[in-house]
Amino acid sequence: MSVTTAPTRSASRSVSFTAAKLPRFAPALVAAVSIAAAALPVLFLGWGLVAWAIVAGLLHLVALPLWARVVEGSRGATDRLVTGLVWAACVIAIVPLASLLWTVVDRGLPRISTTFLTYSMYRTDLDQEVGIYHALIGTLLITLFAAIISVPIGIMAAIYLIEYGKGNRLARWITFLVDVMTGIPSIVAGLFAFALFILIFGPSTRVGIGGSVALSLLMIPIVVRSTEEMLRLVPDELREASYALGVPKWRTIVKVVLPTALGGIVTGVTLAIARVVGETAPLLLIAGLTTRTNFNVFADRMTTLPVLIFTQNANPGIAETPGGMRPGLEIAWGGALVLIVIVMVLNLVARIIGRVFAPKTGH
Amino acid sequence: MATTVVAEDTGQGKPRLGDRVFSRLALVAGIAILVALAAVFIFLAIEGVPGLAKPAEFYGEASSFWGYVAPLLFGTVLAAVIALVVAVPLSWGIALTVSHYAPKRVATPIAYVIDLLAAVPSVVFGLWGISVLAPRLSPVYQWLEEHAGWIPFFAGPASTTGRTILTAGIVLAIMIIPIITAISREVFSQTPRLHEEAALALGATRWEMLRLAVFPYARSGMVSAVMLGLGRALGETMAVAMVLSAGGGISFNLISSTNPASIASNIASNYKEGTPGKIQVLIATGLVLFLVTFLVNFAARWVVQRSERRLAR
Amino acid sequence: MNRTSFRKALAPSVAVLALSISLTACGAGNETSAGSDDSGSSETSGGLSGDLNGAGASSQEKAQGAWATGFQGMNDGNVTVNYDPVGSGDGRTNFIEGGVSFAGSDSYLNDDEGELSAAKERCNGEDPIEVPAYVSPIAVAFNLEGVDSLNLDADTIAQIFDNKITTWNDPAIADQNPDADLPDTAITPVHRSDDSGTTKNFTDYLGKASSSWSYEAEDAFPVKGGEAAEGTSGVVSAISGGDGTIGYADESQVGDLSVVKVLVGEEYVAPSAEGAALVVESSPAAEGRADVDMAVDIDRTTTESGAYPVVLLSYLIACQTYEDQNEADLVKGYLSYIVSDEGQQAASEEAGSAPLSSTVAEKAQSIVGAISAG
Repeated sequence: MSVTTAPTRSASRSVSFTAAKLPRFAPALVAAVSIAAAALPVLFLGWGLVAWAIVAGLLHLVALPLWARVVEGSRGATDRLVTGLVWAACVIAIVPLASLLWTVVDRGLPRISTTFLTYSMYRTDLDQEVGIYHALIGTLLITLFAAIISVPIGIMAAIYLIEYGKGNRLARWITFLVDVMTGIPSIVAGLFAFALFILIFGPSTRVGIGGSVALSLLMIPIVVRSTEEMLRLVPDELREASYALGVPKWRTIVKVVLPTALGGIVTGVTLAIARVVGETAPLLLIAGLTTRTNFNVFADRMTTLPVLIFTQNANPGIAETPGGMRPGLEIAWGGALVLIVIVMVLNLVARIIGRVFAPKTGH
Repeated sequence: MATTVVAEDTGQGKPRLGDRVFSRLALVAGIAILVALAAVFIFLAIEGVPGLAKPAEFYGEASSFWGYVAPLLFGTVLAAVIALVVAVPLSWGIALTVSHYAPKRVATPIAYVIDLLAAVPSVVFGLWGISVLAPRLSPVYQWLEEHAGWIPFFAGPASTTGRTILTAGIVLAIMIIPIITAISREVFSQTPRLHEEAALALGATRWEMLRLAVFPYARSGMVSAVMLGLGRALGETMAVAMVLSAGGGISFNLISSTNPASIASNIASNYKEGTPGKIQVLIATGLVLFLVTFLVNFAARWVVQRSERRLAR
Repeated sequence: MNRTSFRKALAPSVAVLALSISLTACGAGNETSAGSDDSGSSETSGGLSGDLNGAGASSQEKAQGAWATGFQGMNDGNVTVNYDPVGSGDGRTNFIEGGVSFAGSDSYLNDDEGELSAAKERCNGEDPIEVPAYVSPIAVAFNLEGVDSLNLDADTIAQIFDNKITTWNDPAIADQNPDADLPDTAITPVHRSDDSGTTKNFTDYLGKASSSWSYEAEDAFPVKGGEAAEGTSGVVSAISGGDGTIGYADESQVGDLSVVKVLVGEEYVAPSAEGAALVVESSPAAEGRADVDMAVDIDRTTTESGAYPVVLLSYLIACQTYEDQNEADLVKGYLSYIVSDEGQQAASEEAGSAPLSSTVAEKAQSIVGAISAG
């Protein structure tokens, strides 16, 4: 970026030390003009609202950089174009995501009630009300234990890879296997846990902890990889400063490196939990299905929300409910909404923890 | 990223007790992973290898295992590639919006919504894919067949239900966007503020600042994010099984109702009623998927290392 | 002072743990009347207590839910029946390995891969019990604009699903439906993409009742190409999502879709519970079976008036004797309830299955009534 290229034209006209820039209101103005211009074909050709939005968006995406090219030069134009593209990507991605969330809320919300949340599916009469309490407990406990298994192992392994291993043969092997594990289909993890528990505890074994083991196999790679990435981003200057003060390596890691990377690690762990909390296949195999509430992950079957959603959706029954849906589908959508809310709360808690423990920095 | 030399042991003489314990713990965790993952691999190998050479009737139409697995492998890779092509630019766009473009008031809710989506169970993605997305895309496919039918991808005949491999790829893309976004966002926002400000102070525009200061710093993390997303796309089971109208062979036709299944979805679909012999065949396909993820990851690591070496020079 | 970071990290984790423990302290609102799993037996009307575990065909899942409810009610909530809908194949494997007390299966045990012998071994050398429990007519449903009733014979259906007949105004269809105004829309046959007993029964029907279906009866749909969908609900939504689509699914699940009347003998018959039960009753027993094994080869070519031969028949598999007295009592009680009028009626209301005919039910009742500990 030599300073000579950009400001030539404007500098020749008036004595100014800043390059010419579009006025601050330029994006808004272009947006308004684009929307208006896109209205023309919409009116004449009878297109829908969606087409209008797309045409207006494209116009804006092209028009603003063009204008910027005239006033600000090519660098400014590129910058405007990228800004437009970045925002466009965001908007495009939000549309299906919002549609999905809306679908779940729209179909799930009517079913949510105290009964739904505090009753299990155990019935002694077909007319009794049912709920998802047993699955809620199952999901919470199994996921909790999966996290208890995988988070310490994952974080310590990442510490080994970044702080101790430093590319030796063992570290390379671990990295390699963790990479391969990211693509393991969940059903294979389930099959493995199933085979393992049957081998050890006999063929009638159906326990929640088996589900936790299967899930932790899926979680560990995510925890390791995201933690590894975050640790790698911690500047070496920080470590060196700590060593220079005579702080032992392990305390440097615990007091300096981990807190610096905490935000990212928490995100990684949350992601890992979010990834496995919706798993179906492995849990159906090893944790089984029951209609009762079970608080003990080490004995007996446990139902989890995804398994419940899956089975209820597969066999929704025939009786029509007042809402016009089949009873199974109502439970499935209600369960999906509850599952999302659980993760939302987990996410929020994780973020608060991340914020409280993050080191106070300049920005 | 230049790797500076870090003091290997800080204290002189023998390391302190705390250090020894801590490094042992880290090592044990690493080895635990090694053991666990190796166990899965060995389990797959033991259960799956007999599936490689079964009598021909176990492989349906195909006469050998490779004939059976080839279309599945193709379907897996095709769906994952579509997902990546769609998801990666969008995810990086969102990540940049959150980390660098949007004001905090806007960025936080966006980040939040995206994180939420990581939690939606794949069954629900599948349900949404069939009941909302596929019918919407069906007219688009008809249009594509009419106006872009000369491109082999859109040769048709267009599916009337919209449940094609392109739809499956898009659903997968939506599933992996949260993963890629979350990690990219973190690495983007970890860029040292000084680097960014230095670039801006030199007169760089925002885009140039991103290119000069942020991307080189974040490259390894960006690749990692994509790899994690790819891993999920390759291994995703239920959503693909529900959305895709599977049952065809290798074909680049993205909009017809005859599509190859993916390995994972094929396992899920056929596992339920499988006899022991058939399940061995299915596990063998799982082994193939394992090898593919290995190769892909290997290639990605190699690319990253090469570019890092070039950067270091 | 050195430990602040640990303490800080400890507090929230303790809080989370405490929260989850306090959550676990309170049971579900509707389970208060019942004792917990190991509360021991108490004097109750049904007299049974404890857990009974089964696994198998997902087709039975909803019906199993109804049966479990009824059985639990009979025993005042001291019993819990668990049924894992893992699929017939896995259910049979679980049963053979001794993982569950009974299995539900969409096809009867055979010795192609040694399953029948293995099951015999599991049951201490005695022949395993197989009784029909869940009968469901399979409807051939379609979605075609302007047409809501259609008559087809087996040959035509076979050719449609074999992609031999490709448009709706094909003479083969038109001849059988002189009153219908058939458009020239292309036919999109929809089949199951996952392995299923429904597919096996449907292809079995096509193979036996028509002359133009050259494939074996299989869990996986044998014809390549065409539209495929996961599960019954997937097939139904694929049919209703397209125009000119036709597919097969459990009759209770097709909802508002129009269904094909199938030619049986001289007349076209719509799927019905009675028709399905009739076929099961008149079908011959499978060859070389023990007395306690009610496996039948469904008579797909029946010409009996009112019979509907496109049915799915799902079995319960159990042993004649169990080592544990309580397990034997539970299996006996539960299976007896399932094949009773009451049980069959409950399943029909919840899952839309066809109740067993009285002759079949009586025979099944006498078989499961003899289950004992030994």
